[in-house]
Amino acid sequence: MAKERRSVESLSDLWRAGAEQAHREVEDDGVEQQRSKQAGRDDEMTIRFVLFVNKQGQTRLAQYYEHLSLDERRALEGEIVRKCLARTDQQCSFVEHRNYKVVYRRYASLFFLVGVDNDENELAILEFIHLLVETMDRHFGNVCELDIMFHLEKVHFMLEEMVMNGCIVETSKQNILAPIQLMEKTS
Amino acid sequence: MEQLRTIGRELAMGSQGGWGQSKEFLDLVKSIGEARSKAEEDRIIARELEHLKRRLADPDVQRRKMKELLLRLVYAEMLGHDASFGHIHAVKMTHDESLPLKRTGYLAVALFLDERHDLVILVVNTIQKDLRSDNYLVVCAALTAACRLIGEEAIPAVLPQVVELLAHPKEAVRKKAVMALHRFYQRSPSSVSHLVSNFRKRLCDNDPGVMGATLCPLYDLILGEPNSYKDLVVSFVNILKQVAERRLPTSYDYHQMPAPFIQIKLLKILAVLGSGDKQASGHMYTVLGDIFRKGDTASNIGNAILYECICCISSIFPNPKMLEAAAETTSKFLKSDSHNLKYMGIDALGRLIKINPDIAEEHQLAVIDCLEDPDDTLKRKTFELLYKMTNSTNVEVIVDRMIEYMINITDHHYKTEIASRCVELAEQFAPSNQWFIQTMNKVFEHAGDLVNIRVAHNLMRLIAEGFGEEDEGADSQLRSSAVDSYLRIVGEPKLPSSFLQIICWVLGEYGTADGKYSASYIIGKLCDVAEAHLTDDTVKAYAISAILKIFAFEIALGRKIDLLPECQTLVDELSASHSTDLQQRAYELQALLGLDKNAVESVMPADASCEDIEVDRNLSFLNSYVQQALENGASPYIPESERSGVISIGSYRSQEQQETSAHTLRFEAYEMPKPSLPLATSQSSMSTPITNLVPVTEPGYYKEDHQTSKSQPPGDAVSGEFGVKLRLDGVQKKWGRPTYSSSTPSSSTSSKQTTNGASHSDGGGSSSQPRESSYGSKRQQGTEVSAEKQRLAASLFGSAAAKADRKAQASRKTAKDSPSTEKVATTNVTAQPVKEQVIPAAPPPDLLDLGDEPVSSNPPSADPFSQLEGLLGPASAAPVLSGTPATGTSKAPDLMSIFSDDVPTGVASGSTDPTLGDVNSSSHKGTTAVASKKGPSLQDALQKNATARQVGVTPTGNNPNLFKDLLG
Repeated sequence: MAKERRSVESLSDLWRAGAEQAHREVEDDGVEQQRSKQAGRDDEMTIRFVLFVNKQGQTRLAQYYEHLSLDERRALEGEIVRKCLARTDQQCSFVEHRNYKVVYRRYASLFFLVGVDNDENELAILEFIHLLVETMDRHFGNVCELDIMFHLEKVHFMLEEMVMNGCIVETSKQNILAPIQLMEKTS
Repeated sequence: MEQLRTIGRELAMGSQGGWGQSKEFLDLVKSIGEARSKAEEDRIIARELEHLKRRLADPDVQRRKMKELLLRLVYAEMLGHDASFGHIHAVKMTHDESLPLKRTGYLAVALFLDERHDLVILVVNTIQKDLRSDNYLVVCAALTAACRLIGEEAIPAVLPQVVELLAHPKEAVRKKAVMALHRFYQRSPSSVSHLVSNFRKRLCDNDPGVMGATLCPLYDLILGEPNSYKDLVVSFVNILKQVAERRLPTSYDYHQMPAPFIQIKLLKILAVLGSGDKQASGHMYTVLGDIFRKGDTASNIGNAILYECICCISSIFPNPKMLEAAAETTSKFLKSDSHNLKYMGIDALGRLIKINPDIAEEHQLAVIDCLEDPDDTLKRKTFELLYKMTNSTNVEVIVDRMIEYMINITDHHYKTEIASRCVELAEQFAPSNQWFIQTMNKVFEHAGDLVNIRVAHNLMRLIAEGFGEEDEGADSQLRSSAVDSYLRIVGEPKLPSSFLQIICWVLGEYGTADGKYSASYIIGKLCDVAEAHLTDDTVKAYAISAILKIFAFEIALGRKIDLLPECQTLVDELSASHSTDLQQRAYELQALLGLDKNAVESVMPADASCEDIEVDRNLSFLNSYVQQALENGASPYIPESERSGVISIGSYRSQEQQETSAHTLRFEAYEMPKPSLPLATSQSSMSTPITNLVPVTEPGYYKEDHQTSKSQPPGDAVSGEFGVKLRLDGVQKKWGRPTYSSSTPSSSTSSKQTTNGASHSDGGGSSSQPRESSYGSKRQQGTEVSAEKQRLAASLFGSAAAKADRKAQASRKTAKDSPSTEKVATTNVTAQPVKEQVIPAAPPPDLLDLGDEPVSSNPPSADPFSQLEGLLGPASAAPVLSGTPATGTSKAPDLMSIFSDDVPTGVASGSTDPTLGDVNSSSHKGTTAVASKKGPSLQDALQKNATARQVGVTPTGNNPNLFKDLLG
């Protein structure tokens, strides 16, 4: 009961923050259009960002493959999390947001969100998220939110092995984890 | 129990145990983890940043400690706080000898900085050095950093080393070198254009990881110029075949699927290479067929591959067998209970109808279900599909739907998109001008500021030009109906500016034309508009010009008019306006009031906005005047360029171009301020007797427009001498670009009719006849959902050819229709028996009601995802899938309860791990309870738990979720 009330509270916090951001968004739109045009130049990137966000809307990991300013990131995270939290489990795991799509998946209290281009195979990205979680699980053993928080850099290293230049490059858990384990041994 | 706990603690203290992190760091993470709100989190980070500033200023911080401080900075930035004061420390750490520290340094730099940031230059040198390292892990770290941090200018500094590393003995290095090169290609294709052959070589690398990575740059290259890579088709097909045959190491398997991500990438590549190339496509059919045959529709990843296959098949040269397989899979997707699969199905359908529009007919009801689903994502995807299949027969239904949806959304980005789509479809397929104007009004009313102003001009022109010359009556009827509707709307608050401009213009031109409204009434309305929009000069300009026109018409008719007091106020106000444009208009109005009838008539003739205007650029009408002046002794005009003694502007300009660096006085006048487009429009229509309505910047657009709209006869008038009729199907027309669905050859569909007998195409054609009336009143009546759906389906999917047929052979129509309607009725009954039964029990049929959806779909036992659940463990399936169909759609079940319900299943299949920490009860109890089933992971769990306790992070009410096993 108490837990529920808490999430409601923090949700309303999110809403408030979101309303402010929505204002900003309208102003930013011109900038965004510019950027998307710019991005059109080197546009073969598929994954634009990977985010871990918990049910309260707190970011647990953020990796962007295109440059966004702090404010832009904050706004984006707020908006997307609001959108995803409002959805039921029956609904699609995909949400359109501005000019890209967000594929998300929920594990316990943690949402994993991946922003992709519009012509990306959403189901494959959904499974990519699962692969990432399985990989973390293999490394940490029963991975939980706390593992990610305490080992933020290691999760980043795994992600670096799996995704480069916005493309999925490695999907063998063994290959993903090998350099990280070697590094742990040597240190 | 006690013993286990001790073991756990001992393990935690052991070699790997503990987190090796300081109390401070743990405290930070703990407090962030327990923060109840964003505000609290912000306070924690603000405090932390103060602390970090002090700590980082200390010159002798331990290196190890530094890593931790850096991670705390990463936290701060991740949570949205500026930590730029610490960025330099991240750069410094990249110099560190120790690999973990170095890599953390690179990571932090990549997270903090953009490649264009000044500090990045300092890292390039380090990357260069590290690329030469003997330790391949260091090289890997440097290559990873190069992918994030090397900008266009820095490429030459590292390029030679990266190329050398392509032949490194370690596959991990080769893979990353390929990706670094890929990144350089993305940043600056010319810098690596001579190295492209390296990618081809790496495609044949012995290591599948390197090969898989190489597909990324190759995909980009092939997208750029597919023709240069046609020779690789056979290789790609071979690789795909081998992958599908499980020749790759099993470590690439994912859920029993051999290297699915590589398969998907290969399919993407083949789709590009085979597009429009019959020969290349010929190589692909076999392997695509194999993949379809092996296709696993029970798992997400299997479906992901199948979906990619469909994409590939719809892109390459069509093959009937392949298309059949693709259509079959698509229909499986559409029939699924999972919204994700439906979504993929709708997308796939959108691709397939490009090749064969008939495929959609089979799925009409599924599509309509998706359209009416409360799930916004699904709905939008369906609108995208409808947009692709719009033609002149279903445009009304589709655009109505789109507008209805558009009105209710707040998302700025999507609203713009859907508004422009409505406009595009309406322009392209409008069945009548009346409809077009009504539709445009709706779009403008609700999203006027989001659509291109050109569209507004277009609408004005259409109202002005009407249907064409031969039917003035219909034209004036159209205009007065427009005036009526605008007078009704104009009082509403918050109308978009562009819509108000249209309203003002139309009221000015035609407000008094039919004599229904008095001049003073219209003028009063226009004054209200101007008053209500004090800040919008454009609207005010349109309003005052409209008032002027009405005055002019009244004077021309010889009527006496008085200036209403509010109008006088407006004119006075505008005469003193800061905008010279508004001033001029106001003065012109005042001047016009003083003119006599004849002068006014020639200055401002009634309804002359469509007259062509001939501009005499030579001003030849002045010739006699000039001649006279010359005879009277005036000196002749010397063109500017020929005048002596004065540096002409023209020559100065060219001189300036030659030496721009010459710093001399600027003789040239500053550039004239450009009047804004809409102002110019109304000005021209006001101050010149005859105008082209819109000064369109793109002449091509205008010309085309002009012609087409003139050649359009009135919507329902069937006049023999016109080859092109508005409703004539298949011939598309009008303003937008053509779409594929419009090109449906009528012959093929009619032949289909004969062969298939009572096919849906028949039903669509015949039942679309009562569409207008039934659809319009649908919402109020709503007697029977399935019937409504049928009708909607018919109006959406009713084949264009059938309709055209009906029109052409109007005499035979009745005879032909009646049997087919019966047939439709019978097919409806047989196809939808379940639905029909359900409807009476359902609550008043709301269109958005999903009530009948689960019933019509697969029974629970056939749900493929329950099998998946068994394979995966519940957690992986639950968030994505809809669960069992029995689950209510309105109620979102608590996830935790799903999990606990599913635990027995998971345990039975032996793949679940229990949750690590229970929220309220002791976590140890939970762990031991299932310990016997857990196997090796028990140790991990205990260890982690113990460590957590050791550092004071315990599962409490504050952080129940932190300990929750993500996969459990």
